[in-house]
Amino acid sequence: MALYSEKVMDHLMHPRNVGILEDADGVGEVGNAKCGDIMKIYLKIENDIIVDVKFETFGCGSAIASSSMATEMIKGKSIHDAMALTNKAVTEALDGLPAHKIHCSVLAEEAIKNALRDYYDRHNIPYDPADFPDCEHCEHCH
Amino acid sequence: MKVYADNAATTAMSQTAIQAMLPYFDKIYGNPSSLHSIGQEAKEALENARATVAQCLGCEPREILFTSGGSEADNQAIISAARFGARMGKKHIITTAFEHHAVLHTLNRLEKEGFEVTYLDVSHGHNITAQQVKDAIRPDTALVTVMYANNEIGSILPIPEIGAICKAAGVTFHTDAVQAVGHLHINVREQNIDMLSLSGHKFHGPKGVGALYVRKGFPLVNIIEGGAQERGKRAGTENIPGICGMAAAMKEACDNIDKNMPKVAAMRDKLIAGLSQIPHCALNGDPVNRLPGNVSFCFEGIEGESLLLFLDAKGISASSGSACTSGSLDPSHVLLAIGRVHDVAHGSLRLSLSEYNTMEEMDHILTAVPEVVQYLRNMSPVWRDLQTGKRTYIL
Repeated sequence: MALYSEKVMDHLMHPRNVGILEDADGVGEVGNAKCGDIMKIYLKIENDIIVDVKFETFGCGSAIASSSMATEMIKGKSIHDAMALTNKAVTEALDGLPAHKIHCSVLAEEAIKNALRDYYDRHNIPYDPADFPDCEHCEHCH
Repeated sequence: MKVYADNAATTAMSQTAIQAMLPYFDKIYGNPSSLHSIGQEAKEALENARATVAQCLGCEPREILFTSGGSEADNQAIISAARFGARMGKKHIITTAFEHHAVLHTLNRLEKEGFEVTYLDVSHGHNITAQQVKDAIRPDTALVTVMYANNEIGSILPIPEIGAICKAAGVTFHTDAVQAVGHLHINVREQNIDMLSLSGHKFHGPKGVGALYVRKGFPLVNIIEGGAQERGKRAGTENIPGICGMAAAMKEACDNIDKNMPKVAAMRDKLIAGLSQIPHCALNGDPVNRLPGNVSFCFEGIEGESLLLFLDAKGISASSGSACTSGSLDPSHVLLAIGRVHDVAHGSLRLSLSEYNTMEEMDHILTAVPEVVQYLRNMSPVWRDLQTGKRTYIL
């Protein structure tokens, strides 16, 4: 049995939405190099719709695949939908991740949330800070 | 092109070793402890294998104990030396910071029992000096256990010099030679080694079998209790096919060592020279005293597991000391011990070669690795920060 599902391997070997957006409306970065994974998400938002999204990831195969899948899942969606994206949904869309790689999908969820918070901050849009918990699932950060 | 470059993890079996095993599955399948002729034929094969292994190491057959592998041999050697030392009030052990876990975890257990362990620093030259061992020896030192050569970074330790120091000081000397046997010239007598661990599958022999050389007269403690096999020091019906396969592989490796060493080292040197061209990388391990087949690098700005997966897609089997390849949160203790910080230790790559590799395969590696490193750097926010000056290069 392979380490990763075919979906993970597909998103790893052919990652979608790699790169940066120079004119991004929101940028979110989570993780740190010491722990071996950093994810950075760039969002272009028009009329509450994510019209473009790019990512950069330093990390293992599942981190890259999770970023790729997560960006695909929010592209063209509303901010509301993007806020509702959970790491569980990313994991399921990838047909599962090994237990010790689940945190990679958590990073993807949190990178997107960070980017959305950045968008709110930049545009002075009020939000509930409780919607943006600090990396609570991620044992790497503790 | 398929390239197997993970020979430090395990090797393909040689045809000689396979052929040497086959009769002992269904023809000479007797138990060496049995009285009947089919048992006694197996017994004869066992003793012939013991003689072969002894000859390769320069010791007597009775000084060879067959085990399930290198880890068991390491456990038994260290526990035995600790118990022997403790009887004389000696509870200090000297080792290095970059030993295999079979050694480190056994020592951790002894520390909990009250032993004191000195871990020699390996950050200077990614190796230790014999002087470091000499300086660390105390009146209560029971054991010096240092590996012959490091499995991750290839450094070859100054074993003959350490052996001489231990002999002069009257301290028991064990070496985990799992990565060295069959690849380097070893003579336990000349090098004053009291105990040596080896594993069959690192030199084209089978998995699940190894040996411990123990200098005649040294009191061994049993790890596995039971029958009187192996002079009463290791219970359990002997793995005759495995032992015969290992002995055949070992003889083949030792007979061809002078031919294989330069061949493998030439491929290693080609890879090291080529991969050194990649910007912001560093060679891990002793650049001079180095296993013929070891190539180990850290590449800044990328992570090792994704590097391995992309190389695998290009047909190259390699390994890495990144945290993500181990399932733990920390990268390899070996890379940290030589002074690599976490950030770059995650981006490590080990290519380990054998005489079964070819120069054409090296060309493939030298094309693939720089491509993949660049590809991953191009999607890495760390690399972007390094390039834009937001982060400082470490390598």
